[in-house]
Amino acid sequence: MGVVLAAVLGASLAGCSSTGGKRAEERAKAAEAGRPAVSTPRWTFAMVTHAGDGDTFWDIVQKGAKEAAAKDNIKFVYAHDDQAQQQAQFVQNAIDQKVDGIIVSLAKPDALKDVVAKAVKAGIPVVTVNSGSAQSAEYGALTHIGQDEEIAGEAVGTELAKRGKKKAVCVLHEQGNVGHEQRCAGAKKTFGESGGVMENLYVEGTNMPSVQSSLQAKLQADPSVDAIVTLGAPFAATAVKAKDAAGSKAEVDTFDLNESVARDLKSGALGFAVDQQPYLQGYEAVDLLWLNLYNANVLGGGRPVLTGPAIVTGAQAAELEKYIKRGSR
Amino acid sequence: MSATAGATVDERLAPTSLARRLLARPELGAVVGAVAVFVFFSFAADSFLRASSLSTVLYSASTIGIMAVPVALLMIGGEFDLSAGVMVTTSALVSSMFSYQMTANVWVGVLVSLVVTLAIGFFNGFMLTRTKLPSFIITLGTFLMLTGLNLGFTKLISGSVSTKSIADMEGFSSARALFASEWNIGSVTLKVTILWWFALVAVATWILLRTRAGNWIFAVGGGADAARATGVPVVKTRIGLYMGVALCAWISGQHILFSFDVVQSGEGVGNEFLYIIAAVIGGCLMTGGYGSAIGSAVGAFIFGMTSNGIVYAQWNPDWFKFFLGAMLLLATLLNAWVRKRAEAK
Repeated sequence: MGVVLAAVLGASLAGCSSTGGKRAEERAKAAEAGRPAVSTPRWTFAMVTHAGDGDTFWDIVQKGAKEAAAKDNIKFVYAHDDQAQQQAQFVQNAIDQKVDGIIVSLAKPDALKDVVAKAVKAGIPVVTVNSGSAQSAEYGALTHIGQDEEIAGEAVGTELAKRGKKKAVCVLHEQGNVGHEQRCAGAKKTFGESGGVMENLYVEGTNMPSVQSSLQAKLQADPSVDAIVTLGAPFAATAVKAKDAAGSKAEVDTFDLNESVARDLKSGALGFAVDQQPYLQGYEAVDLLWLNLYNANVLGGGRPVLTGPAIVTGAQAAELEKYIKRGSR
Repeated sequence: MSATAGATVDERLAPTSLARRLLARPELGAVVGAVAVFVFFSFAADSFLRASSLSTVLYSASTIGIMAVPVALLMIGGEFDLSAGVMVTTSALVSSMFSYQMTANVWVGVLVSLVVTLAIGFFNGFMLTRTKLPSFIITLGTFLMLTGLNLGFTKLISGSVSTKSIADMEGFSSARALFASEWNIGSVTLKVTILWWFALVAVATWILLRTRAGNWIFAVGGGADAARATGVPVVKTRIGLYMGVALCAWISGQHILFSFDVVQSGEGVGNEFLYIIAAVIGGCLMTGGYGSAIGSAVGAFIFGMTSNGIVYAQWNPDWFKFFLGAMLLLATLLNAWVRKRAEAK
């Protein structure tokens, strides 16, 4: 074992790659400073989301929240769990710690209703983010910041119709996710109004090869499909592969951005991406809580503040690439 | 030669007919099930029988099948491995992150990953034989630890939950050729995983039926104490089986890395059940001591046909999981029924 390790380490010193890798990243990276811009007291805000483990999207939300917290002199704590019961428990923990503000996502609103009411009763301002635009005001939150899934879906349907598409497949990578269903339903609605047909396809999101073969099967079964919409950035690249393997001419479009989506948008392998600006959801939530404590400001007037949808195509992708690379778009 | 044939020949040495020998094979039920599923989808889905569709099914089956082979061997040896699904992701993450962070040639990462993955397999086998705890507990522990490590390390090192692209690094294209290349023959795309799969099935079958190690595996699965009493190295056999799972997890992991070039740290959870399902459909007994590598391949093929056939048939996707479950259950029942009939003869 030791011999093997030594051999491997030796080989790694000899076998350096002159392209790509960490060194390339470091060469490109500019130092970013995060000093507070205000001298208000050091308040503590807690953010509790329904993110599962290892979700790229929520990473960006967190980054936005952290950068706003650094600027606003806020101590920022974060917790997440995809089980609603556990999420409610984390909110309760935040109340027990007497934090100065709570940010919560209402993916399963009923489960969180009581605990949000408790926070409000304890005098802690609450801002809801991402999901729960319908319940936010009713539960006593100051503001909701997020994208309306249905509206985002409708934007996709309209864009597809504008591009002259006739038959589209909406690829859902998590069966039973309400937000996903709403997106596809919204897209189906506006796409249908202009004569297009959209079908749903459920794939196994935790198993990439299976995502690819299911999509390939779908495209082979129905060659008339001319557009594929994936609901998350990592699935877009896989959809492109499936399309090529199936010999289909369909255009691949996606929700959310990442590095490979930006690259594929630039090269034309992807048609467009719908950005709900997750950075903004985290950043604005922290900033609004700060504004509320400092200046008693409220935004939205009881209505949700929308962070999306923003349609990104090849032209904008080139411009956005550096922000995507640093993980803030 | 001069003795009259038949009367003096020991019945154990008497030649058996081909049909008899086939009936005694563990994978027979699975083959019948596979034919049934194949015929069913040939009628239910228009596009199922096209060559391009069948190559998609084969690819899908191969990604399960590569892992189903060592998992079947392990089950014949009387154990199972719940960490097999995430181990694939771990293996892909290690190669990707090592290459990227060290700015090393991609092949260096691939080799480091082989060492790390084999070490995990060794850990499973060593813990199992040392503590004498059930494999359920040991590998469940490994499963949870790997899930956490995958996420924790990826986030710590890459600053996000997926790895960075290594597609522009040296050695990538040659590694891709080995683990993720494909050939186009007309409209048909054949992936290299199919070759890996067939080769693994052949090697495993040879080990099981023609080598001493194969006898040890059957003996350990049939009854470890009796095997030990007759001089079978039980500990070595078990550790070897777990390292076999690790080796194949490494192959699968490299395939995922080099065909998608970035890896999501949360992937792979739940796939261990697919491997076990494929092995069980293929005739492996949950209690050990019985089964075959070819059976696991047929099981994986049934799984590939079912999961893609449902899409080819264009059924309402809301019912996808139900159809999948029902098909798998039917295939397994048919398998059990055929085996019973065969044994009764």
